[in-house]
Amino acid sequence: MISPDMVTIEVDGKSLQARKGAMLIEVTDAADIYVPRFCYHKKLTIAANCRMCLVEVEKAPKPLPACATPIMDGMKVWTRSPRAQEAQKSTMEFLLINHPLDCPICDQGGECELQDLAMGYGAGISRYSEGKRVVQDKNVGALIQTDMTRCIHCTRCVRFGDEVAGVRELGATGRGEDMQIGTYIEQALVSELSGNVIDLCPVGALTSKPFRYTARAWELRQREGIAPHDSIGSNLYLHVSDNRVRRVVPRENEAINEVWLSDRDRYSYLGLYSPDRLTAPMIRTDGGWREVDWDAALDFAAAGLRAAVDKHGAGQLGALTSATATTEECYLLQKLLRGLGSNNIDHRLLHSDFKDQDRAPLYPGLGQSLAELERRDAVLLIGSNVRKEQPLANHRLRKTAQRGAFIAVINPVDFDFNYTIGAKLIVRPARMVAALAGIAKALVGGSKKSVEPKVVDMLASVKVEDTQRAIAKRLKASAAPTVLLGNLAATHPCASSLGELTAVVSDLCGAKLGYLAEHANTCGAWIAGAVPHRGPFGQPIAQPGLHAQAMLDPGLRAYVLLGIEPELDCCRPAQAMHALRNAECVVSLSAYRTPRIEAYGHAMLPVAIYAENTGTLVNASGEWQAFGAVVPPPGESRPAWKVLRVLGNRLGLAGFDYASTDEIEKDLRAGDAGAGAVARGESDLSLDGHAAAELDLIPYVPAYRVDPLVRRATALQQTPDAGDRRLHINPRVARRFDLAEGANVRLQNGEEAVELSVTLDVRVPDDCVLIYTAQPAFETLDAGTAPLSLQRL
Amino acid sequence: MPAVKDYFRSLLLGELLKGMKLTGRYLFSRKITVQYPEEKTPQSPRFRGHHALRRYPNGEERCIACKLCEAVCPAVAITIESEQRADGTRRTTRYDIDLTKCIFCGFCEESCPVDAIVETRFFEYHGEQRGDLIVTKEKLLAMGDRFEQEIAADRAQDAMYR
Repeated sequence: MISPDMVTIEVDGKSLQARKGAMLIEVTDAADIYVPRFCYHKKLTIAANCRMCLVEVEKAPKPLPACATPIMDGMKVWTRSPRAQEAQKSTMEFLLINHPLDCPICDQGGECELQDLAMGYGAGISRYSEGKRVVQDKNVGALIQTDMTRCIHCTRCVRFGDEVAGVRELGATGRGEDMQIGTYIEQALVSELSGNVIDLCPVGALTSKPFRYTARAWELRQREGIAPHDSIGSNLYLHVSDNRVRRVVPRENEAINEVWLSDRDRYSYLGLYSPDRLTAPMIRTDGGWREVDWDAALDFAAAGLRAAVDKHGAGQLGALTSATATTEECYLLQKLLRGLGSNNIDHRLLHSDFKDQDRAPLYPGLGQSLAELERRDAVLLIGSNVRKEQPLANHRLRKTAQRGAFIAVINPVDFDFNYTIGAKLIVRPARMVAALAGIAKALVGGSKKSVEPKVVDMLASVKVEDTQRAIAKRLKASAAPTVLLGNLAATHPCASSLGELTAVVSDLCGAKLGYLAEHANTCGAWIAGAVPHRGPFGQPIAQPGLHAQAMLDPGLRAYVLLGIEPELDCCRPAQAMHALRNAECVVSLSAYRTPRIEAYGHAMLPVAIYAENTGTLVNASGEWQAFGAVVPPPGESRPAWKVLRVLGNRLGLAGFDYASTDEIEKDLRAGDAGAGAVARGESDLSLDGHAAAELDLIPYVPAYRVDPLVRRATALQQTPDAGDRRLHINPRVARRFDLAEGANVRLQNGEEAVELSVTLDVRVPDDCVLIYTAQPAFETLDAGTAPLSLQRL
Repeated sequence: MPAVKDYFRSLLLGELLKGMKLTGRYLFSRKITVQYPEEKTPQSPRFRGHHALRRYPNGEERCIACKLCEAVCPAVAITIESEQRADGTRRTTRYDIDLTKCIFCGFCEESCPVDAIVETRFFEYHGEQRGDLIVTKEKLLAMGDRFEQEIAADRAQDAMYR
């Protein structure tokens, strides 16, 4: 029995059934019948402008393009008939008229769709003896190289910008032979997904700039990997030659990254080859730093930690880990610490409010799959620049927005979104809790659900504005709403109030509550027990240890650091540096050797990262994704799990005899007692926002400064998303302080001050200044520790 | 009967005379022995000897690092590394041929789109130390400079067959 919306067609004598209205090329692709094409791409709209997919259709007077011909019942199609082939060959001849014969120097050579099809459909000799078209190359920034003479006008890149990236950066000017693809006005592509045009381009017109001329397609070995930056966990392929990662391309996974990859994940491999890689274990003795072998370094580190624990007690030992470290590494580190008797371990280096940690779920996940994000009809985003921070989650949200979903945001900065925002509340950080409370109150107003009297009391004094009422109305009317907490909500000084209120809001409107976790393995770190108050899989800890803030203020006697640069990764870098400098023993497992580590550290142990490492990352939707090493780590570097394993042995701890990451994972998973087993404390909602000062500082970690690896990806650092060193301030506030664009000011934060120039930025709300942190220039600036003041120089 | 025939043939030294006849013929015919190294045999313009990298008349190296020769080499004797030169062109940073691996098949020469790598008529080379027969880009370019006239003449002569 065939369902009524299915039709039967015949292709090359083979009978096929397909959905009515499907395009012919979709049907042939599904049946593994190859029809040549350039402009058609399954994720883009149909342009039908390359004419390469012409096929013969019964009763059609001319060959028809398979990509733009909807199928009809009883249709007869020949893809390889003489007539179809003649049409395809003629199209190919036209395409090759203007295409240069520079395959030997073209980076696409060997993996070029035009080259492949020219082998199958091209003539051996050109009949065209006139001059070829030459097009000026465009400079579109540090990531993408253009060779526009090679362009065959398929317009995939143009459609990508329009339909997926949501920014019309590339366009076509001119007609016919004079048509050119470009930015019209010379400018760099700034989309966070811009690198995808490289994969889309069927020829060598758009290629990767950092990769340019370094290897040929046939020399590269394709190895699987997982993206190490955002909590999406994009699947990718690492292209390796001579034991070096040459470039990164997406690996299709419809459930996670579809066919796309964010620029951060695509280009961060450059950080692997930074000149400051640490290649041998080093220890600091009276004579300064010296290289030693692993044996000596591990003995030294173990002795140092043991001495500190014996002398000051285990409570004086703390561990700070990066949330990009693998789940296995986080698990071993917490096992090491807890084996020594200390619960002081944390990965939440940018957080400043830990009050609600007992009430947190097992891990801050999305609470839904990424694909489900596409099917939401109302979304409330709280403190998130999702477009730059989790670009592929944003892509899903964009799709849902285009389908008519209502998207509302509460942000301390008016970030740019590439879809229509239904309502936005751009308020200074101190007012964010109040802004959310307004929505909660509006929801309580008309809710049939019983609301705790405590909550009602608390909301009594809150004023509801029209925008908040409108957002509440839309959320309530929605059948599938979701509320998402972003990076800026997690690192907000009143993150716990925001979190509690969000829970109330999502409860009142029946929304899915989700966290857009900040780092690649934030979720994994929680699960592995790299938090002071819970063991692996949320096992309760009788005597919770100190969280990241408490460990650094006033400071402990000994630290183990895993993959972090505290001067850039901590929310209060000066405090962190002070605490580390005063410690008796700091063991840093780092891939990089920095002057800062040299200043505070006692042992530097070189570890493998990203493609050199083996382990598992847990993404925001709770997917455990394992990956293996594809290139050897430089010099004496070893995977951190091996270092921690041996360190555990040297410290005489039991249960450190793992032979592989699989064994560690198995051991960790053995502790899984189900999500329901996580002990979650009672809600303790309070609306006390932090006191509004004269000026609020918004320290924002730009997308390309989030971890040590991406900070060293040279190409990414040349783009705007690496942040600038300026003070962003809105024109009204600038007038108040009598400042103009480019004026130099001193930003005083307690004792410390930095001098920087002003840029007028309308995205910043009143009474706020925005700076892009995680930069060496702001190492001395501890946000929220002292009143802020601004002086004109 | 054949046994009797064989008996008389050997008795009358038939085999020996036959051999002597051949020897005698060579004794009085024109000698083809070449007194190498004073004398040399003639070479075809297609002779495949030591490799060289050519330059354009303006001194610019021809090789564009397309790596086709490296890919086609059946003995995997060629190693190339490339990068973008300061002027934006694609160039090699390393071009090594391991002559101990090379089988002198000429595929590299045939695959080259810009006639950069060629095999010259030069075949009298040796190495005294390990590694001497791994020729680097500098050495190959020097070979090209040294034999350019001969290489160009040979290519011109062979052009109609290519």
